[in-house]
Amino acid sequence: MIEAVGLTKRYGAKTAVDQLSFQVRPGHVTGFLGPNGSGKSTTMRMILGLDRPTSGSVTINGLPFRQLPNAQRHVGALLDAKAVHGGRRARRHLLSLAQLSGIPEKRVDEVLAVVGLQDVSRQRTKGFSLGMGQRLGIAAALLGDPQVLLFDEPVNGLDPEGILWVRTLMRRLAAEGRTVFVSSHLMSEMALTADHLIVIGRGRLLADMGTQEFIAHNSAGFARVRAADNDHAGRDALGEALTKAGGRVLQEPEGTLRVTGLDLPRISDLAHEAGVRLWELSPHRASLEEAYMRMTQADVEYTSTEDPRAELWEPEPLTVPAWEDGLQAPEVPRGAFFAPPPPGAGGQPFLMPSNPGELAGTDRTTTEDTREETR
Amino acid sequence: MSSFPAVLRSEWTKIRTVASTTWTLVAALVVTVGVSAGLCAVFNATFNDMPKEQQVTFDPTLASFAGMTLGQLAMIVFGVLVVGTEYSSGMIRTSLAAVPRRASFLAGKLIVATGLALVVGLVTSFLSFFLGQAILGDRSIGIDEPNVLRAVVGAGLYMAMIALFSMGVATILRSSMLSLGILMPFFFLVSTILGAVSATRKVAQYFPDQAGSKIMQVVPGAMDSGEAPYGPWGGFGIMALWVLASVLGGYLVLKKRDA
Amino acid sequence: MIELEGLTKRFGAKTAVDHLSFQVRPGVVTGFLGPNGAGKSTTMRMMLDLDNPTSGTVRIDGKHYRDLPEPLKHIGALLDAKAMNGGRSAYNNLLCLAQSNRIPERRVAEVLDLVGLTAVAKKKSKGFSLGMGQRLGIASALLGDPEILMFDEPVNGLDPEGILWIRNLMKGLAAEGRTIFVSSHLMSEMALTADHLIVIGQGKLLADMSMADFIHKNSRSYVRLRSPQQERLKDVLHEAGIDAISVPATGVLEIDGVAVERLGELAAQHQIVLHELSPQRASLEEAFMRMTADSVEYHAHAPGEPGLPPGPGPADNAARPADAPAWGTGYEATRKGGQ
Repeated sequence: MIEAVGLTKRYGAKTAVDQLSFQVRPGHVTGFLGPNGSGKSTTMRMILGLDRPTSGSVTINGLPFRQLPNAQRHVGALLDAKAVHGGRRARRHLLSLAQLSGIPEKRVDEVLAVVGLQDVSRQRTKGFSLGMGQRLGIAAALLGDPQVLLFDEPVNGLDPEGILWVRTLMRRLAAEGRTVFVSSHLMSEMALTADHLIVIGRGRLLADMGTQEFIAHNSAGFARVRAADNDHAGRDALGEALTKAGGRVLQEPEGTLRVTGLDLPRISDLAHEAGVRLWELSPHRASLEEAYMRMTQADVEYTSTEDPRAELWEPEPLTVPAWEDGLQAPEVPRGAFFAPPPPGAGGQPFLMPSNPGELAGTDRTTTEDTREETR
Repeated sequence: MSSFPAVLRSEWTKIRTVASTTWTLVAALVVTVGVSAGLCAVFNATFNDMPKEQQVTFDPTLASFAGMTLGQLAMIVFGVLVVGTEYSSGMIRTSLAAVPRRASFLAGKLIVATGLALVVGLVTSFLSFFLGQAILGDRSIGIDEPNVLRAVVGAGLYMAMIALFSMGVATILRSSMLSLGILMPFFFLVSTILGAVSATRKVAQYFPDQAGSKIMQVVPGAMDSGEAPYGPWGGFGIMALWVLASVLGGYLVLKKRDA
Repeated sequence: MIELEGLTKRFGAKTAVDHLSFQVRPGVVTGFLGPNGAGKSTTMRMMLDLDNPTSGTVRIDGKHYRDLPEPLKHIGALLDAKAMNGGRSAYNNLLCLAQSNRIPERRVAEVLDLVGLTAVAKKKSKGFSLGMGQRLGIASALLGDPEILMFDEPVNGLDPEGILWIRNLMKGLAAEGRTIFVSSHLMSEMALTADHLIVIGQGKLLADMSMADFIHKNSRSYVRLRSPQQERLKDVLHEAGIDAISVPATGVLEIDGVAVERLGELAAQHQIVLHELSPQRASLEEAFMRMTADSVEYHAHAPGEPGLPPGPGPADNAARPADAPAWGTGYEATRKGGQ
């Protein structure tokens, strides 16, 4: 259990971390998210006693890090894969760490096997690739069999197999009842790993909730509805019926509809009433990325300006279907980016419009709009 | 084929936008001129204590370049860093992707850097000469005396050649640290020591610095320099062969090896 | 268009790249995948003529790289965020590259603006974070407004906003008809970006096909059905000779190997109300793991646990809808118990 209470860090006039209070509970993988410069690293460093808080405190299992007896048995951390003396051999590096805190030598070989470095354990670490360095860092974190684990960008430099392995490892460690706290910039990866999220922006707490809840809270999913391909009239009728029932409907290029505001059984009933045969009726959730972008849009430090060719960007523009009569498009939650791939991931990405009304007109305004949101 | 003037412009931008260019070249100038002036003052003050032989063969021109032994080290650092930072920073991959013809790339880099070294070398040699002569007073020599102008221009050429030689070596070794680790001790210690011991002098006189520095000399055999089997231009030619070898070697390494 | 023909690279006895032949076509984002040590980087370096192939050729728009008059105008590459001189400012690093290929100086400011580095353009690039270095590298790739772009691990070090931006950028450039070739280890990211995949393992070509085909070929896909009239639905399916697997306690039926259209028609014919009718596909990660399982260099093993999760699908897929089971697990369970 990691607990921060009113944690604050100022560098001169700049407040890097501002009155941060949160708890990281055991038994979960807790993701730590925030834009660059939001104070994530500073917070991590304060948890590990590397930086002193200006005010407030952060404790691990009730004690500040510096007061933990034999800290390595309580806390394992992976902060920077390259924080290893390059001339040392991998095994010797771990052995020296083990000896520092009275960990038996056989544990060194154990963790080397866990991370898959047993074959290169006698090589000097300066010849290691980023991925191997990362594995060595994870081995060091696991050495004391600690109850609390901190990982900063753990999949950095790992190959797909390594990424899958780290993800499985973290989930297993959490399942064993440990506290796992992991920061990452890879939303698609985080969505697969973390059950709980702590999001900060400009040093302040923005969210502290379950991953599912976070996504549901910050973005809208939709239902993908496809009428039988040979039944255009039916599709139009269905669209009309859905709109009348209060749903918001957009059309993908091949004619499939995206419906928000109605649940699946209701859509099914409406289709049935309209006598339309459905070839697809599937739920799609928004992605963690989309939810995150919406929440942190005000807190980004370096932003890329849009390419001048931006107006050419929407390979698959969505349209407001004909039955809307060009009326006032209904208000859709603004600032959506990419809709999620189908459950199980791996689908084609598509753009979700920020405002369907604008989509129907010119693409240009939409991109402008999306850009505003990105910031 | 990338147009060669474009490569030259690019290399000029590269060379003028790194801090090391300024400090190495300023160091080469200041050290050479400063140390030479200091030594000239010492020569002037202690002239009467010198052995007769040395008084007879005193070469005021060469005396005003006495600081070159130290100043050339800064020139070596300049030459090595011009090439070496491409490798240490990883810029070489970006550079070669932009200018894939190895010959154009290397020629562009060496021409620009050597040109700059030559300008700084000539400024240094003229400054060093006139300041030295001013200090030497009665024992000074005019630039219009026979062979003196050749020696002064030669000193500038010598500095440029030393820089070019270092660039060639750095291209072969592809590392600043390794190149400096070899060149600095070689020029500062090995060459000087071997040149001073009569047994090894026969070999050492063919080293690039010893052969090349003959061009700065007006009075043969001045300052214990001993007789050489070549004249000033002959010596410079020997140095040029060394330089040619290092540049050619650098080109072959650049062409054959994976970047 | 990039064409590789029998490209081979040996380092001593080790063959890093082994007779690789493929084409990277314009108009789509082509993903380049492979485990560590598969020869991806070596291949990309040979494409840029940084490494000399042992045999075989690479042609960029039909020419050898060395014969391109001003290569940055044809192909831009991000190989390594640190391939810049740290002692030089971001602006000057780009300026010298621009000058060598006769690209007008104003383009430097343009690309810096594009990647969001205008504010730090005059700062020495050695103080840059990994993400800023990455942006600078991307700027250098875009400098000559090339028709072909190569990115090696482009999202490395970028924050979420940067990741979204580079993904949009790549897709946008491909939509303009450019050739985009991108390597990455992040399958979840690649799944969102690439349309076409080239997969290599141990230096050999394993696959060269569209993303959809790749996933289809290397993993299981099925249709999820939910209905308030589940018993009737089961009967109808049974009559039609379709095997359905019911996932316990969720009311979900999973059906393998039947087109979603046919199931829709069937339900309509028999007036069965469906609350879900969704085609499911496996993740790219899963498909990739299956294909390359044999060609991975470093295997990590937890004691008593294999490095790869068993069965289709990452068993603990947190991105699944809240009400859905970890898909694949239910499938496995019912397969064993129910049939």
